[in-house]
Amino acid sequence: MSSATSQEGHGWQRLALSTNGLLVVLLMAATAVFALLIGERFLSAATLRSMAFQLPELGILSLAMMVTLLKGGLNLSIIATANLTALTIAYVLQATMPGAEGFAWIAWQVVAIACGLLVALAIGLVNGTVIAYLGVSPILATLGTMTLVEGLSIGLTRGGVISGFPDTIVYIGNGTLLGVPFGIFVFLACAIPLAVWLRHTPSGNAIYLIGSNERAARFSGIDTRAVMLKVYVLSALLAAVAGIVMMARFNSANASYGESYLLVTILACVLGGVDPFGGFGRVAGLVLALVLLQVISSAFNLLGLSQFLTLAIWGGILIGATALMLRLGRR
Amino acid sequence: MHELLARLRRRHEFWLVVVIVALIVFLSLATPAFLTLRNLADLLTANAFIGILCAGLIVVLVSGGIDISFTAIATVTQYVALSVANAYGANWLTLFLMAGVLGIALGLINAYFIGKLRIHSIIVSIATLNIFYGLLIFFTGGDYIYTLPNFFAVGVNWFEFEGADRIPYAINLQMLLLVLSFVLTWAILNRTNVGRQIYAMGGNPDAARRLGFPVFRLHCFVYGYMGFIAGVASLAQAQFAQSVAPTILVGKELDVLAAVVLGGARLLGGVGTVFGTLLGVTLLALLQNGLVLLGVSSFWSQFVTGIVILAAVTATALEARRQHQARRPRR
Amino acid sequence: MPAFLDLQAISKRFGGVVALDDVAMTLEAGEVHCLVGENGSGKSTLIKVISGVEAPEPGGSIVLDGQVHARLTPRESTAAGIQVIYQDLSLFPNLSVAENIAVGRHLGHLKLVDWAAVRRTADAAMDRIGVHLQPDALVQDLTIANRQLVAICRALAADARLLIMDEPTASLTRGEVERLLDLVRELKSRGICIVFVSHRLHEVLDVAERVTVLRDGRRVGTFPAAEIDDDRLAVLMTGKQFAYGLKDVDLAARPVVLDVAGLGRDGEYEDVSFQVHEGEILGITGLLGSGRTELALTIFGMTEAEVGEVRVDGKALVPGSNQAAIEAGVAYVSEDRLALGLVLEQPIVDNAVATILRELAGRLGLIPPARRQATVDHWIEQLAIKVSSTANAVKTLSGGNQQRIVLAKWMARQPRLLILDSPTVGVDVSAKDGIYAIIARLAAEGLAILLISDEIPEVRYHAHRILIMRNGQLVGPYDPTTSSEAELMAAVNA
Repeated sequence: MSSATSQEGHGWQRLALSTNGLLVVLLMAATAVFALLIGERFLSAATLRSMAFQLPELGILSLAMMVTLLKGGLNLSIIATANLTALTIAYVLQATMPGAEGFAWIAWQVVAIACGLLVALAIGLVNGTVIAYLGVSPILATLGTMTLVEGLSIGLTRGGVISGFPDTIVYIGNGTLLGVPFGIFVFLACAIPLAVWLRHTPSGNAIYLIGSNERAARFSGIDTRAVMLKVYVLSALLAAVAGIVMMARFNSANASYGESYLLVTILACVLGGVDPFGGFGRVAGLVLALVLLQVISSAFNLLGLSQFLTLAIWGGILIGATALMLRLGRR
Repeated sequence: MHELLARLRRRHEFWLVVVIVALIVFLSLATPAFLTLRNLADLLTANAFIGILCAGLIVVLVSGGIDISFTAIATVTQYVALSVANAYGANWLTLFLMAGVLGIALGLINAYFIGKLRIHSIIVSIATLNIFYGLLIFFTGGDYIYTLPNFFAVGVNWFEFEGADRIPYAINLQMLLLVLSFVLTWAILNRTNVGRQIYAMGGNPDAARRLGFPVFRLHCFVYGYMGFIAGVASLAQAQFAQSVAPTILVGKELDVLAAVVLGGARLLGGVGTVFGTLLGVTLLALLQNGLVLLGVSSFWSQFVTGIVILAAVTATALEARRQHQARRPRR
Repeated sequence: MPAFLDLQAISKRFGGVVALDDVAMTLEAGEVHCLVGENGSGKSTLIKVISGVEAPEPGGSIVLDGQVHARLTPRESTAAGIQVIYQDLSLFPNLSVAENIAVGRHLGHLKLVDWAAVRRTADAAMDRIGVHLQPDALVQDLTIANRQLVAICRALAADARLLIMDEPTASLTRGEVERLLDLVRELKSRGICIVFVSHRLHEVLDVAERVTVLRDGRRVGTFPAAEIDDDRLAVLMTGKQFAYGLKDVDLAARPVVLDVAGLGRDGEYEDVSFQVHEGEILGITGLLGSGRTELALTIFGMTEAEVGEVRVDGKALVPGSNQAAIEAGVAYVSEDRLALGLVLEQPIVDNAVATILRELAGRLGLIPPARRQATVDHWIEQLAIKVSSTANAVKTLSGGNQQRIVLAKWMARQPRLLILDSPTVGVDVSAKDGIYAIIARLAAEGLAILLISDEIPEVRYHAHRILIMRNGQLVGPYDPTTSSEAELMAAVNA
């Protein structure tokens, strides 16, 4: 953790270094191969932009998954949280009279987003309380909230889609700023503070200790329950932001958007060097993994290959990379 | 008698039975449609797919691993077995042989990564889920199969008789496979040496290695059996649906997991019973069925299921904590 | 009669590290043999050679039952009746007593379980040593001592002729140790050879014939047990002489730091009252399960007493809050360093500041990396911890240095009261010396110290006053300068 002291290191730390190293190598190799196969089109601004449009959803959801994995937990309710947030915003926006304009309309959109975040906050508090204070295992607790929250969304919408959002919200998902998709800024606005929080704050540091050995962390005087509660609240809020981006990109909200992302977020985290049993992993590794997954996905798209083949390749890379890292780590 | 009750109270299954009996009594009184032959037959048939898979997953959880790739395995076996049957003809035996052997083969792929390369089962099965599913859809284009071999489309109708409601009833394929899979799993786990080794390995993997257990062979058995069960379940599902729809099974893995853990299986291995699993599936099935009969909109049934799961896991955790505190030694 | 097992010229290298260097050892049938040495002396490697897990370097010989082998395979070893009972016992907590004992019967392939045979095997093994446990009880519901009996029965069911027991007495109470030793005598009379791998020898010396001492992978020698005592053994194991003077200072006039009044917790301890003064080391000794650790946990706020109160510097502590206790200046070095004292997998630096994360934070709640590093470096220097890089995982350190990291993380809080619960468990004899020096220095600087230990010499030589915990009640105080070790021992066991 203190990069100041040494470049060497043992065990997982060296592994973490080599994880990022391995990811960079894989990324360069993938880029080179695809550039040869596809040619100029692959490295064009249009391709890069389309990648940048697609990355934030999975990216922010993966961050939401990552914080819970780091502390030795899991959050299966992220997608459900994202969708309920989007639906809440949609309902609040529908509730206003259609005539509202100008500043009042913008303010109302802010209120709507705030309501969405409040709902996510509530879900995070439920997860956190049940897990940290009542001692339910994270996978079971979030399996329950996932079912419950998604059930709430389905019940409220009767399975339907709510579409048509104001331009300002659509901009979040489809607009560009200085030629860069706005979603990327949202992603960075989540990833960078999260990285700093994990590395440089008391709670962030405590997460790693809790992830490796919760009891020892408690015996050191760390309020492990409060930290765990924070983790699930943060995870829910990140999921909510992902929900907003998703809603903005599709210009609609639904109870079951992005369901297939759930296991892919775990895949991305593990590929990015996050130990699925807690204690190890960095935001930078996750970002590299996300970029790698996105490059493969976009290239396959350009090559006209099915997105399902992309899924298969992602799975293959996860196993291959994990096997390779274990081998490097054991040497 | 008092002591017996005290001992029963400590068993997870006891509480499940209490809840299920209460639910049955309530539903019988509340809706005349519940305790009918029609409804019970439908209940069994419609929940057979999830139920059969539970009988496989309990073995994996007891062994200390986890598998979520079984929905993808089921998709593949179903598609391949019935495509081959359509093209070259088949009978019951060859059809089940194809599905079973293919399921075992795919399960052994999991076992290889888990047992030989020592990658954790959650990582492996997330990866293979994507690989199996992605490749199948890539090669088949995701097309449905609507024509099934005649013998298969007709299915099994044993002991057919006409009920009081003038509707013919029979033991069908789904009921048969559901019962057989639970009996087989029960026999393996409780009556064979392999089953006891699986319990032992789940309880203390290090000791199993030290005592010379054939750990890799056990992994092969466990994941191979899960694959086999997935193959069997996939045929039950295809016969019920009267078609093969390659995109609808993947995504149900968490439903199966929910039922098994609700039945008391512990994710850390070594703990869980076939009876408990049966109760877990039954509870979730009764709940869905009861809500429909009570006239609750089907859109809200998932919400109620979520509440029940959350309540059940919380109650279990609190009970475990209470027991732990009561265990303080008395001088 | 030839020896049951005769090892000659056994060496083993791991990469460049020599774990065993030309070691010889003979084991006779019906003999109780102690194998002792510090961590890293080669004890566990030697056991692995005997059990067939590791192959020795070519050139050595293993004569088993008159047959010469260059190495043993695990199968050969087991077939010859060699059974190892590891410290963790390697039982299956979720299976019944009978299944655990007869686990060898489960190793057949796709056969059906013969439950009657399982039961017969278990009953026979238990009968052989006169043990009567519920065959259907789950192992997870047994006491540690009974679990050990299950492990022994399992070895007997596998026709053990040589039983190697790794630290068998470490978590047993006095009475349980006595029962174990009776059992060992019984096994011995049946011609079974027993090897104790232990560092707490005085408990087993009574039943042992010979003691083999290893140091740095070499055999120091094999001695008749009658010639050995703890002091001699320490010298043999470390090659150094340690002598401590008794502490003869009266600190009663110094201000009271810890004041425990009428503390009681059902089933653990009752009516406990005592004080610790500034600069004083108060020793509390007692048997495992006597309530000593339980008392420490209450003072540290991990558990709540039902009656009485704890005051630090005159202020009552909030019951059941370890954060409040830490805030008030209580520090606790757990007896279970590996599970509770440290987060082994995480870097040294993060462990060393785990107690002061909030205090380190500056502007915006961020921890300046330089400040964190400086804090860690300061304590590493103060406590003379040998560390190649603070970014390494704590588990890469030796036991002694790990314990110093635990001390460092508490010293960083500048506590008023330091509770040391068995601070030298799993620490080599030579490294113990360094820990004692640190304890003495901290006390001299004015820290109040509660030294809990089940090693009577440890409290006698390193505390100013001694209290004895017996069945949940405190007895004493005893003055180390006027109470002999035998007197204290008698009081502990009374």
